[in-house]
Amino acid sequence: AEGSGAMGGSASLVPRELLGEYQELTFLSKQEILLAYKRFSELLPKEERENAWSARVPKSQILTLPELRANPFQHRICHVFSTSETRDDSMSFEDFLDMLSVFSDSATSDIKSHYAFRIFDFDDDGTLDRKDLEQVVNCLTGQGEESRLSSEEMEQLIQNILEESDIDKDGTINLAEFQHVVSRSPDFARCGGLQR
Amino acid sequence: DGSGDNEEGSAVENEEAAKGTGQKRATPRTRRAHPRGRDRHGDEEDEDDEHGTRRAGHRRHRNRRRGRVAGNEASDSDMEPEKARKNQANQKSKEDDEEEEDEKEGKSGKGKNEKKGDKKPDKKGKKEKANKKKKDKKKSGSGSDSESEEEPITEEELAKLKEEVEEKKKLIATLRNKPWKMKKKLSVLKEAQLFVEKFEGALGKGKGKKFYAYKVMMTKKWMKFQRDFENFKTACIPWEMKIKEIESHFGSSVASYFIFLRWMYGINMILFGLTFGLVMVPEALMGKPYGSLPRKTVPRAEEATAMNFATLWDFSGFAQYSVLFYGYYNNQRTIGWLKFRMPLSYFLVGVGSIGYSFMIVTRTMAKNANDDGGGDDTSFNFSWKMFTSWDYLIGNPETADNKFASITTSFKEAIVEEQESRKEENIHLTRFLRVLANFLALCTLAGSGYLIFFVVRRSQQFALEGLENYGWWERNEVNTVMSLLGMFCPTLFDVISSLENYHPRIALRWQLGRIFALFLGNLYTFIIALMDEINLKARYFLSFTMFDMHLGNIEDLQPLEEEKIVKYNMTIWEASLYNGTTPENSTAPPIQVDPADVPRGPCWETMVGQEFVRLTVSDMMTTYITILIGDFLRAVFVRFFNYCWCWDLEYGFPSYSEFDISGNVLGLIFNQGMIWMGSFYAPCLPAINVFRLHTSMYLQCWAVMCCNVPQERVFKASRSNNFYMAMLLFILFLSTLPAVYTIVSIPPSFDCGPFSGKTRMFEVISETLEHDFPSWFGKVFGYASNPGLILPFILLMVLSIYYLNATSKSYKEANLELKKKLQ
Repeated sequence: AEGSGAMGGSASLVPRELLGEYQELTFLSKQEILLAYKRFSELLPKEERENAWSARVPKSQILTLPELRANPFQHRICHVFSTSETRDDSMSFEDFLDMLSVFSDSATSDIKSHYAFRIFDFDDDGTLDRKDLEQVVNCLTGQGEESRLSSEEMEQLIQNILEESDIDKDGTINLAEFQHVVSRSPDFARCGGLQR
Repeated sequence: DGSGDNEEGSAVENEEAAKGTGQKRATPRTRRAHPRGRDRHGDEEDEDDEHGTRRAGHRRHRNRRRGRVAGNEASDSDMEPEKARKNQANQKSKEDDEEEEDEKEGKSGKGKNEKKGDKKPDKKGKKEKANKKKKDKKKSGSGSDSESEEEPITEEELAKLKEEVEEKKKLIATLRNKPWKMKKKLSVLKEAQLFVEKFEGALGKGKGKKFYAYKVMMTKKWMKFQRDFENFKTACIPWEMKIKEIESHFGSSVASYFIFLRWMYGINMILFGLTFGLVMVPEALMGKPYGSLPRKTVPRAEEATAMNFATLWDFSGFAQYSVLFYGYYNNQRTIGWLKFRMPLSYFLVGVGSIGYSFMIVTRTMAKNANDDGGGDDTSFNFSWKMFTSWDYLIGNPETADNKFASITTSFKEAIVEEQESRKEENIHLTRFLRVLANFLALCTLAGSGYLIFFVVRRSQQFALEGLENYGWWERNEVNTVMSLLGMFCPTLFDVISSLENYHPRIALRWQLGRIFALFLGNLYTFIIALMDEINLKARYFLSFTMFDMHLGNIEDLQPLEEEKIVKYNMTIWEASLYNGTTPENSTAPPIQVDPADVPRGPCWETMVGQEFVRLTVSDMMTTYITILIGDFLRAVFVRFFNYCWCWDLEYGFPSYSEFDISGNVLGLIFNQGMIWMGSFYAPCLPAINVFRLHTSMYLQCWAVMCCNVPQERVFKASRSNNFYMAMLLFILFLSTLPAVYTIVSIPPSFDCGPFSGKTRMFEVISETLEHDFPSWFGKVFGYASNPGLILPFILLMVLSIYYLNATSKSYKEANLELKKKLQ
């Protein structure tokens, strides 16, 4: 009743007590959760929309969302938030909510930095080493050949970054160092929300 | 973190007074908790690996519970959450027993390691206690208002339980901060909630039991209310979707302009509410109607043209003699059956608007400064560029491409800067160019100031010779010139700044500073010229009278004499009505005169108000026309003429326009400055501004999405935020100076407005104290306003500012020290 009343179109709905619990467990408001549900079910083919709540959406579909489409870290984001047992990076509704909660305006800088660290950690080893940093830079400078940095520039850049952030001088950045650096930035808190 | 995880064992385990955060308990317990703790810590390994079967068992256990929950909720109305939960809890506690048996069976049956073995007896012990408590619960029925047939719980245990319940509640509140998957969070939430429900009832035994239950229920209802209110508030924010869409197309800096616009709209709504509700409406409803007093009527001479559209657009005629302007208000102390104190309300609304504006601007600045953090601009330059430069709000591939390019450029620039930071090349040429550029900018500023002065002088001449002889241009020369200057000079500054060769962010600051000086200079020149004009008009009006009276030169005129002169004029005119009989000895009834025929004194406040309103309206028109021509027509031209033009219009000149953030923000700030200045004299100004901002929002949103392209150099919005706020505060301060000056030093016009007849406007306060408050209040106020008391107070404030400044400096230094230690 809750869901269809607010959305007026989708026949499936979020169970009411779960709605309350999702509000407790995420940084999203009720309208945002319902909106997320609507967007999520739109990603599914028509016949599966009835049980959107327990369905999994394949990664290719998730990447068509406008918020992720232009994001250079789209694959990592899907990988980090996915709880798929088959490791195919598909996302369930709860994963989707998790993702939106972390990216919303009201999420704390702590949780954002925690997830940002995991997104940047391309090899999933718990630290950001040189190779991870290189991959981050390559993602950020786009796909074109002329916009990539040369290898000397890359060397220099990574050297500078490690000088600034690596406190224990072990050549990698761990979670604590990352959080220390990033929590001071005034720009870090501005991560996206969901479009209507 | 580790200690926290230790506590997050299953609810059942915690029964045994888990006070210790790191204390060594019975080994089985810690050993059991540890693996769980490791699992929950950060989710770095897959949780399914090590304790797969056990987890699976747990999961089944939870799912079963969940299923039962769904089934059991017969009456899930929010009216009785407590009762419903207690029902559930009871049923669950019944099931708990069974399920725990199952769980234990399942686990021990799988032949786990000795941890389990040790655990068992411990668990058994705990289970007994749990059973006992559950039995108590069952016996106690469905509510917390049971009788004490259970075994008495000692005080100590009660306290421990209370603590645990508190811990569980805290856990529930902070669950969303934990970086876990939703499933985990849900299961932990359910456990914690069950625990809290079970034992909250148990805690309520004893004297304050009913009260405790009541308190618990009220807390729950309060939290639910808070949550609903938060939801409601977020739903109420206007234009959220529009702004999000713009954010995704253009990035956060363009969107920050619209967020600023929306914030201004909020402030103006409040100002509008104050002036409309407390000044305009009471006068309209309870004051004397139009036509009953000379000040409320259009004079006979103007009556013919009073309803013309041209006159109304100019805010004379009927618009002038209405609640929209200062002059309409009567100086009666109280009006209507409510005994509404009109002059007092007018005064207080004026002062209150200014006070409220100050307060909210300062509060926003403080909040922004807080978010900024310590303000370490340079210590993490590269890291910040790398980790925080991506704008996650961008959803449009074209903008994303621009963003990539700008990030690359900024990386390369930063690397180059770092390498060449010690090189000093051609510093003399650079210095010379910068001096030259500043000189040119100063010339522009001086030129524009002189132009305004010249134009205002010319308009005074036109006024003297009668405006009917001149066309539209002469009539609106001043406003148009000011708006045009505001349009073209910033572009000029832009060109000049290309000489200077600064870093873009610094260049932007210089640009903003120059535009700021331009607008400020223009505004103050305008005010000075206006004051001149008013004086001139007043003297013109009186010059004929003085000529009649042979009173000598007009330069020696004093304000009080002005009054005498006009009153003399009026007595002569009255005498003429009586056809020669002197009015002093008259016993005849006063002749009824139509208020439109009574000669009027000058009313400079209304004139000032009118000028501000005209300026605002013309500013609004200029902005709209600029958008339509400069952005829309240009976009249409580039789009459709591109096919038949020699060069590529879209890439070369003129191409599509970019959204000029700084220009627009400054325009907004100065517009607001004019409102603050003029709203004391024209209560209708906030209303006009609300209308203007409302339409501006829609028009600019449309124009941005339709005609503009994303910027090449994409700047971060956050650093400039406090800069704009600081400018706003400065403008607020400067705008209120003229109003405060007139309140305190200039006598109000004697023939119009709510303060007519007084020597100074603030006398309305002393009048109110005399009449409406008991006498001792007046005495206290008199003592309080004694300079002997005010000076020490000011001294005290200065000292406290100094002290706070010193403390904040020492905190900053301590901060730096700690940072160094970290390195």
